[in-house]
Amino acid sequence: MATDLQVAPESEVPADQRIVNDFSIQVATVNGSGSQTANLVLLRSIFQMGIPVSGKNLFPSNIAGLPTWYTIRASRHGYIARKKEIDFLVAMNPETAREDVLSLEPGRAVVYDEPLKLNALRDDLIFYPVPFDKLVGEVTRDAKLRRLVRNMIYDGVLAALLNIDLQQMERALGRQLARKAKALVLNQGALELGFKYVDEHLEKRDPFWLEPMNETAGRLLIEGNAAAALGCMMAGVTVLAWYPITPSSSLCETLIDYLRKYRMDPETGKATFAAIQAEDEIAALGMVAGAGWAGARAMTSTSGPGISLMAEFTGLAYYAEIPAVIFDIQRVGPSTGLPTRTAQGDVAFCATLSHGDTKHLLLLPATVEECYTMAIEAFDLSERFQTPVFVLSDLDLGMNTWMARPLPYPERPLDRGKLLTEETLARMGEWGRYRDVDGDGIPYRTMPGQWGPGYFTRGSGHNAKAQYTERPDDYVHNLDRLARKFETARRHIPTPVVDIRDGAAIGIIAYGSSHVAVEESRDQLANEAELQTSYLRLRAFPFTPELGAFIDRHERVYVMEQNRDAQMQRLMRQELDAERSAKLRSVLHYNGLPVDARSVTDAVLVQEGLKAEAPPESPHGDVVSMVGGE
Amino acid sequence: MSSTAIPTPPKKTNRIGLEPQVYRGSKTTLCAGCGHNAISERIIDAFYEMGVDPRRVAKLSGIGCSSKSPAYFLGSSHGFNAVHGRMPSVATGALLANRELLGIGVSGDGDTGAIGIGQFVHLMRRNLPLIYIIEDNGCYGLTKGQFSPTADVGSRLKNGVVNDLPPIDTCALAIELGATFVARSFSGDKKQLLAILKAAVAHRGTSMIDVLSPCVTFNDHEGSTKSYAYVKDHDEPLGSLNFVPFFEDISVEYEAGTTTEVTLHDGSRLLLHKLDGKYDPTNKFEALRVLHETGARGEFATGLLYIEANKPDFIAMLNIVDEPLATLPLEKLRPPKAALDEIMEALT
Ligand SMILES: Cc1ncc(C[n+]2csc(CCOP(=O)(O)OP(=O)(O)O)c2C)c(N)n1
Ligand code: SF4
Repeated sequence: MATDLQVAPESEVPADQRIVNDFSIQVATVNGSGSQTANLVLLRSIFQMGIPVSGKNLFPSNIAGLPTWYTIRASRHGYIARKKEIDFLVAMNPETAREDVLSLEPGRAVVYDEPLKLNALRDDLIFYPVPFDKLVGEVTRDAKLRRLVRNMIYDGVLAALLNIDLQQMERALGRQLARKAKALVLNQGALELGFKYVDEHLEKRDPFWLEPMNETAGRLLIEGNAAAALGCMMAGVTVLAWYPITPSSSLCETLIDYLRKYRMDPETGKATFAAIQAEDEIAALGMVAGAGWAGARAMTSTSGPGISLMAEFTGLAYYAEIPAVIFDIQRVGPSTGLPTRTAQGDVAFCATLSHGDTKHLLLLPATVEECYTMAIEAFDLSERFQTPVFVLSDLDLGMNTWMARPLPYPERPLDRGKLLTEETLARMGEWGRYRDVDGDGIPYRTMPGQWGPGYFTRGSGHNAKAQYTERPDDYVHNLDRLARKFETARRHIPTPVVDIRDGAAIGIIAYGSSHVAVEESRDQLANEAELQTSYLRLRAFPFTPELGAFIDRHERVYVMEQNRDAQMQRLMRQELDAERSAKLRSVLHYNGLPVDARSVTDAVLVQEGLKAEAPPESPHGDVVSMVGGE
Repeated sequence: MSSTAIPTPPKKTNRIGLEPQVYRGSKTTLCAGCGHNAISERIIDAFYEMGVDPRRVAKLSGIGCSSKSPAYFLGSSHGFNAVHGRMPSVATGALLANRELLGIGVSGDGDTGAIGIGQFVHLMRRNLPLIYIIEDNGCYGLTKGQFSPTADVGSRLKNGVVNDLPPIDTCALAIELGATFVARSFSGDKKQLLAILKAAVAHRGTSMIDVLSPCVTFNDHEGSTKSYAYVKDHDEPLGSLNFVPFFEDISVEYEAGTTTEVTLHDGSRLLLHKLDGKYDPTNKFEALRVLHETGARGEFATGLLYIEANKPDFIAMLNIVDEPLATLPLEKLRPPKAALDEIMEALT
């Protein structure tokens, strides 16, 4: 095929000045222009070259026509957090091209659509003009197809400029368009044209260079929501009810695809699950509650606005003690907020969702692997503790493509929790649905239509026998038992991951998708400012004793989170004594973009007095002038 | 043992050998004379006579006086008193989790017609196999008498406020939305209500039954010596907040094809028109015509209004395995390692 084109590009940059496998590429296109295929092919071909890589989609809340950016980071060090600075820009969108170019730091490279004449804007960048429209005319005459394959040309251009093996790119393209033979041929043509154009018309002058490595062998590329969906399937989900909302829809949609493929009973061809698109989130959680009550492993997935609607049923499930798994793929709030931007803004709300004294178990996945394992854990915990369990993922983790180790097959059987047996009934004496037989606050349950006595489930006041009561002592007794149950849960939820660095005076605490940025930031702090830090990554709420112990070991502890109000820290302060609380400081990032290491590092250095406060909004800052959606 | 022992007379049991007592629930806490109690009684009779195993039954409800009533029948069944207006979703989840359950949902006219109208609409569309009863008193009982969306134009609150919004006809709505069994009855019409309930137990699909069910807090029209206001004024020791009047249950018997008038506790009148033998309940247009015509005359058409016996129910449409999802063993729930390997392979 195109192998004869595979020649190393001529380069003016001597080998010792090259920046190899350590830079970011940003492609600026228009939403709905079919750039996703080109971007994923680019990502995948770098991955196939063995180079650690991550891809992030920055898209508007809109179907077509608004600006969208895709950022790929290649990092030989294995850093996969967002990188703030863009090294290599592909400017395909006339609307944003000017601003995109102006935001670059000097010495960076720009591939652009020739008629945009971006080279006139600055003289401290390296420009590569490409006449995309002219080139696409050589691929096809069909106007509709031209629009679709136009983007593939920039992949060919980048392959030539960055030294991506064109064969890898064709392989990636083959995977992406596996069943679309005609599209495959057209796109291959576009790839080759882009590659050839560089060869014949451009001279490489930038230092950015990709070279094969061996760091991705055995790894896969997957989105957090897909990993969570696989976890739900392996956890044996039987009823799933959901209502579409970005960025959670892909979780249930992917899950349904997998269930249809892998969870049809081989003997009868019938489904071992029920999936329903509910009329709204209230109904979705109502169905989950009904199903959980009747013994199904039931779940829903949603995002902030849906969580708001679920408050009443969450309280019911908490008080009536019904298992329910709720994935909250967080996006920016309050209200509709920025529907396609990421945040960790639902933490405090979910922890105590609903009125009265309620508190909930939260799981906090930080990686796609944990999206998978915690999905399985969520079902076990919710049945063990007969209570809602929230899995707090976010848009960055859920909808972006991440490298991952193969997801492990779960060896543990399902934990169905305390189902009443004859022995327990004998031990209990008289049946009581809410009786604390074992002193751990967890009662025994029976399921309608199965063995064991019936009882009446209600969200109104009830005693140990599940009878209606308004007696003050019954109420207190029940509420105290629920608190005891929550204490028991503390010993069963995932513990934090702690990395103590000897002699470090400073500790960092983070959770969820901040993790990758914090890991990189710790290296930056050590290398740039000789600041050694220890690290505690929270994986669940409520907190476990490791938290207090970690704070005790350090003089100052920075809590990194992606919200304005330091929500997790607020939860911590509720549990910690004054001495420990006094050690806590905040690093907050809440502009809707995934947090990057530089921001964390700078914030810590400023607070440590090792760096001056940054001047307000530099022109090289983040892309923030997005056109809004809803 | 002595041969002269007098054998104890055989206890009355149903076809599965259970006594009527098994079908009773706890003592009602609703007002004496409340129509909801009469409905509970008929449910007890119907389930006993049909020989339904109470352990197979899931009772569900929303919030309201009506929604309390599942506690007062089938005491050994599992029950779920959910949140206001949202019983349909809970019932949906429960019946999907265990398709062997016989679901009976009890709601109020406020619970269904106001806060719960959205879930009601979608329940009717789905044809979930569930007996759905609206205990319809035209008001909010539990929150003390506000209008519900089924209140008739011209009806009055205790404070004299007149309702001038048209009522929602839940039966017409249900038929329009595709419900497969729609009936209306009156809590005091023992024979008709029992027959409808028994038919509902036999129906596979949603059985929507709107039961007109008088509330004694209506009893405050002026001039009545039994009115709420009158009794309250003449019964000093009772605080007004806790005061609940006592009334006899209303009962009524009338022939098919005839119209009868029922006087409620407040002196207001209900005109009930019983459908006759010539009525064809399989004709949707006919059902809607009758509802509109009787409605225009100020009457309530009672009886089985509409039935569509062969429409697949929601569970059938979902093509779920025959055994309850709730109890499927791990082997059926977790795909083998080879499946995960295959998925992982596709992602590398
Ligand atoms: C979300 C919510 N809003 C309001 C209420 C208060 N509330 C309790 S029962 C009820 C009305 C019940 O009326 P209906 O369904 O007609 O039943 P009835 O009591 O008349 O039998 C209301 C508004 C509630 N429990 N929950
Ligand atoms: S207030 Fe009305 S609806 Fe409620 S129990 Fe009393 S009579 Fe029945």
